Amino acid sequence: MSALKALRRRAFTWFADRPVAGTLGLLAPGALWLLVFFMVPLLMMLAYSFMERGLYGGVVYEATFEHYLRFADPLYVTILGRTLALSLTCTVLCLLLGYPVAWTIARSGRLKNLLTFLVVRPFWTSFLVRTFAMIFLMRESGLINAALMGLGLISEPIQLLYTPWAVLVGLVYGFLPFMVLPIYTSLEKLDPALLEAAEVLGARPTARFFRVILPLSMPGVVAGSLLVFIPSLGSYLVSDLLGGAKQMMIGNLVQNQFTSARNWPFGSAASFIVMGLVLMAVVAYLRTRDDEEGGLR
Amino acid sequence: MNTPAALAVQFSRVSKTFGAYRAAREVSFEIRAGEFFSLLGPSGCGKTTTLRLLAGFEQPDVDGGEVRITGGVVNGKRPYERGLGMVFQSYALFPHLSIERNIAFGLEQRAVPKGEIASRVRRAMQLVRLDPDTYGRRMPAQLSGGQKQRVALARALVVEPPILLLDEPLGALDLKLRKEMQVELKALNRDLGITFVYVTHDQEEALTMSDRIAVMRDGRIAQLGSPEEIYERPRTPFVAKFIGESNFIEAKQDGVVNGRARLVRPDGAVLWTAPNERPTEALICVRPERLHLHAPGEAPSGENQLPATVRALTYRGESLHVRAELGGGGDVVVAVRNEGQLNQRLRWAVGDPAVVSWAPQDGRLLEGDDS
Amino acid sequence: MSQHLPPRWVIALTTLVYVFLHAPLLVLVVFSFNDSKFSTSWEGFTLHWYERLFERADLLSALKLSVGIGLGSTVIATALGTLLAMGLARRRFPGRAFVEALLYVPVVTPEIVVGISLLILFVAMGFQMGVSTILIAHVAFNISFVTIVVRARLEGMDRSLQEAAMILGADEWTTFWRVTVPQLWPGILSGALLSFTMSFDDFVITSLVSGPGSSTLPIVVYGMVRKNIEPTINAISAVILVVTALLLWFADRVGGEEGAPKGH
Repeated sequence: MSALKALRRRAFTWFADRPVAGTLGLLAPGALWLLVFFMVPLLMMLAYSFMERGLYGGVVYEATFEHYLRFADPLYVTILGRTLALSLTCTVLCLLLGYPVAWTIARSGRLKNLLTFLVVRPFWTSFLVRTFAMIFLMRESGLINAALMGLGLISEPIQLLYTPWAVLVGLVYGFLPFMVLPIYTSLEKLDPALLEAAEVLGARPTARFFRVILPLSMPGVVAGSLLVFIPSLGSYLVSDLLGGAKQMMIGNLVQNQFTSARNWPFGSAASFIVMGLVLMAVVAYLRTRDDEEGGLR
Repeated sequence: MNTPAALAVQFSRVSKTFGAYRAAREVSFEIRAGEFFSLLGPSGCGKTTTLRLLAGFEQPDVDGGEVRITGGVVNGKRPYERGLGMVFQSYALFPHLSIERNIAFGLEQRAVPKGEIASRVRRAMQLVRLDPDTYGRRMPAQLSGGQKQRVALARALVVEPPILLLDEPLGALDLKLRKEMQVELKALNRDLGITFVYVTHDQEEALTMSDRIAVMRDGRIAQLGSPEEIYERPRTPFVAKFIGESNFIEAKQDGVVNGRARLVRPDGAVLWTAPNERPTEALICVRPERLHLHAPGEAPSGENQLPATVRALTYRGESLHVRAELGGGGDVVVAVRNEGQLNQRLRWAVGDPAVVSWAPQDGRLLEGDDS
Repeated sequence: MSQHLPPRWVIALTTLVYVFLHAPLLVLVVFSFNDSKFSTSWEGFTLHWYERLFERADLLSALKLSVGIGLGSTVIATALGTLLAMGLARRRFPGRAFVEALLYVPVVTPEIVVGISLLILFVAMGFQMGVSTILIAHVAFNISFVTIVVRARLEGMDRSLQEAAMILGADEWTTFWRVTVPQLWPGILSGALLSFTMSFDDFVITSLVSGPGSSTLPIVVYGMVRKNIEPTINAISAVILVVTALLLWFADRVGGEEGAPKGH
């Protein structure tokens, strides 16, 4: 046995006798990185949201609550309301489009892998490219306008970009896969014998869907909705590129305060409101999940 | 005989605690070299912890006693420093390595020359009756449960360990294969001279293969002895119940006459049995096949006799199990052997009066369970 | 199972969704070969826009930077994330709940929030914005994803495999490299792939913590999308699409060859 090997073994024996030290040794590098470059910044941001704004960005160390009070301003109420409305609509649309897809995949037999791949594939594509694809279709000289004019339905290009609809389509396009996968997972676990049992008991297709399939896929529906709702709430790029200044969401407000408006504390406060909404959604999700587990016991 | 050199394993008051849970409590036993030794008990009894303490996956508590392998204390030694072989319940074959490479793994760790590894792997596969040319290149996922079992065995044996640990290795096999492997394992133990330490919850398996069995309960050894000793002379109600079927007949010890214990039933009936120095519970254990059933007045003298009433009959093929309620209280099951005259025996019907009898040496006065 | 096919209109809707998901990207690629600067009508085949890609020095250097940062942050995040997953797989230890929180907060935090909080930290610390700040940020948002993926794999792994290696004479180091890593390999690989993709793709966080001269590919592409809509963007989009497809195919090959049991 080489000296290096002997030394290595002694080190491991030392750790084996001290399991907590060994565990901490494994955790420390990653946990420290997350602590210093994730948690500390979030806490700093929280602190900043209660300070006076500095003249050229940054903050003055004086406590205040004014930045949160500013959200009573109709301008910001509108942005907040738009963010919530777009996120909710996007979630519902994704559910309506995603459920049929998940259902089809779950019953597609040998095509299952291919169909799943085709749903996931866009996710592995640059988000920027996907959003640009939307612009390419919707802009004034875009394919949709060209097609509509070619068909003679309209005489001059209609404004598609920079409308709430553009943002909505962009959000759905971006986050739809997140809805499909969890629903598919829960539908795939569904035992076909249950449907046969329901059929034997006299349930018609509609009843089978609403009384067997849908209730049993609820965990997937809830998880998928959360996975769509959360990124929609904090989305920035879609509303920035497809909505422009007129269709600001709260993510754009945050960015704006840190770049052009240079009001860091207000940006921090806005940012914390997003964070708060997200955490509320997560907590609500965890509660429904716990309820389900409790119900099963 | 019991010199340290002849001892493969020695546990001296070994304790292991997980949080508040005491998995092993001052466990002491010795295993002789070449012995087939079983740790038997229900789940949670501490048998697996005991095996893992021996393997080195767990270390005894501080001041938790000593574990010795071939005379040397191994407390604090890592598993790879102990030179043991082990067969896991899940087989634990490396899924990313071929069968050959799985078996070669231990030899590679021991820096055995390449050419020698190849020939030893072949011999190990032949030993467990797997054709090296057919199976050597296959991956574990391509084998059946029984074949995986053989590979696991070959992988453990190829390094020629002095001691082989087996953690419920036959648990996942079907009954027929299990019986087959039991015979093969016993033969390997005899032919190779390797000490086998075998963990199981299956009493029949332990009785069939073992030289000695340690029956465990609540982290302690309830009884240690040969299969015959454990079956014929169970020490406690727990052991009697866990190994085979038992009847418990309540009676109070009332002195020793001519080297035999005299016992009195609550209704005054007198019974005789071999004496026991420390009976803490007034229970006699008699196996169903040692009880006899007679029509009233037909019981042979010189045996313990109790009046009874037939309550239920269960036909079992090789025997007829008769559940009878004893006159002075309590139930017993009598196994009436099917010797061809079962037609005559079938005259038993529910409600019949009868006499249950047994020879005094077939009854065993039990000690209380220590817990 | 065929008698339980969903209703026909469900299948029809599904088909439409697939068209919705893929047609826009297909159109993008097709028009990268269109010989017209502005028109959306087909004017003939050209490779002109691809040639333009090579003329743009800023694109090439941004690509190099993106690949570099992607690889660097992936290596660091994969190493740290894998260790973290292994630590979490062990028995109880003090502070476990805290580490779990550390792990899951990054998953739900919106990118814009991550970006500006890091901006606050870097400015307060007096860090020069540039490659190193981008690298730090990318590792920070990638660790969790690697850990979650590797952990799922680790939980499906039979613990007695490691014990079997050790009883056969392999010490912890050898066991780690010869048994644990090969078993975790598909998990580590998908964690790394996810990490690289997210790093390579990230615009929101990167734009907030990058400095002059540290423009990654998404930043340059974003600028192109904003300013000037010419088919060069279609060309670069097509390149990105093909590269990610190749990457996925490669990952599938390597992951498949390991022969590790699937189904966990």
